[in-house]
Amino acid sequence: MSLLILWEGFFVTTNIQRWNKPMEQKRVVMDADGIDRSLTRIAYEILEKNKGTKGLCLVGIRTGGIFLAERLKLKISRLEGIDIPLGILDITLYRDDLRLSDKKPMLAKTDIPFSLDDKKVVLVDDVLFTGRTIRAAMDALIDFGRPMLIQLAVLIDRGHRELPIRADFVGKNLPSSLWESVLVKLIEKNGIDEVVIQEGTQ
Amino acid sequence: MKLAKKDILGIKDLSIDEINLILDTAESFIEVSTREIKKVPTLRGKTIVNLFFEASTRTRTSFEIAGKRLSADTINISASTSSVVKGETLIDTARNLEAMNPDVIVIRHSAAGAPHMLARMVKQSIINAGDGAHEHPTQALLDMMTIKEKKGKLTGLKVAIVGDISHSRVARSNIYGLTKMGAQVIVAGPAMMMPRAIEQMGVTVHNNLENAIRDVDIIMMLRIQLERQQQKLFPSLREYSNYFCLNRHNITLAKDDVLVMHPGPINRGVEISPDIADGPYSVILDQVTNGVAVRMALLYLLIGGKS
Repeated sequence: MSLLILWEGFFVTTNIQRWNKPMEQKRVVMDADGIDRSLTRIAYEILEKNKGTKGLCLVGIRTGGIFLAERLKLKISRLEGIDIPLGILDITLYRDDLRLSDKKPMLAKTDIPFSLDDKKVVLVDDVLFTGRTIRAAMDALIDFGRPMLIQLAVLIDRGHRELPIRADFVGKNLPSSLWESVLVKLIEKNGIDEVVIQEGTQ
Repeated sequence: MKLAKKDILGIKDLSIDEINLILDTAESFIEVSTREIKKVPTLRGKTIVNLFFEASTRTRTSFEIAGKRLSADTINISASTSSVVKGETLIDTARNLEAMNPDVIVIRHSAAGAPHMLARMVKQSIINAGDGAHEHPTQALLDMMTIKEKKGKLTGLKVAIVGDISHSRVARSNIYGLTKMGAQVIVAGPAMMMPRAIEQMGVTVHNNLENAIRDVDIIMMLRIQLERQQQKLFPSLREYSNYFCLNRHNITLAKDDVLVMHPGPINRGVEISPDIADGPYSVILDQVTNGVAVRMALLYLLIGGKS
């Protein structure tokens, strides 16, 4: 009897090791359909929480957030028949690690062609991680006016917050280790829609 | 990519990639100046000293505004109110400023090479805001940015630079920059104001305004710099303007969508007639607007990260 348990235990451990090997390197956690369904749900949730599109606008954070915000805008316009304003935000100038980083991040354009005063702003980003990007984005938004409120929509929440920030709309909660990186690949920039978790930080 | 330089002393030392990096970064900075709150926190805690030994409105104000919009502290020193009048040398002035630990020193000086000497003496970043008749790199960068903004490119354009070429640092920096970026440069001016062997900089030379501006995309008019003329180089301003003033008659020789540029300050009616300076072809004030963005870009690229 004890021999059998030992034998089974050996079998199980070897199997886990066999499965773990390729999984450690790269694992697809969300495919194109999954991303689309999540965005559809988020679009409904945004409308529900804000009771329609009155005063609503989207601001995508460069670069992944822009494409997700564009897709949300499209979904909302299909649901409500209204095009809500969409802005693009580059947070480089507000980063808290500029002073420490050796290589300067390339600055790209911010384009928010409408006033944020008294607007309900939904910030859109691909991955919520430490929360530092969102802190920078909120500081930037407040330099553009005084929104009525700011909400946050992300496709992936991977945990490990370093600031008291949480998302209002989450596509998928993805518990991850600090040694992994989560990549949101989108057709607009990578030619494929999928979310991948892989070992090693970027 | 980053700008691997301590100082910006001239366009001559910049590579094509570096010029493109500066122009692209500057383009992203335009938006900051259009906001209601025209300030970003990027250079908080940095200090910029504007050390101007020559008169300036545009360049000094532009550097000051650029620094302030990036949240840096900017301090202006002009020769007339500094210890220079008590006989302090440039090196001593610079050493004393260095001891107060600023991050950037912007210098304009009547002697060519003054910023280069300073760059060797002090550890701070030096930006040349015009040295004698040598270089004025930020002016050339804002000119190139304005051309690129209006024409979408620099390569293949025909640019005429007209006026007092030999005393003009703007002309020299623009010749270095524009030829590097693939534009064709034509210079024109009275023979007395044309440096010998300027063809070696890769430009075509004319001594007549009409020939120079025929079919060009851009006309850059230069100011007649009366303060730099040791001897009289032409009989009278009136005679100069008879031959070299851009007006509504001769501008028709250029392309229909020509851009008229001028680094300022303008001598109305001398090198450019008022109706052209204020007319539809003129992008003179766009140059000034872009100047702030170019200087913001340079400050960001020089001191925006860990030094």
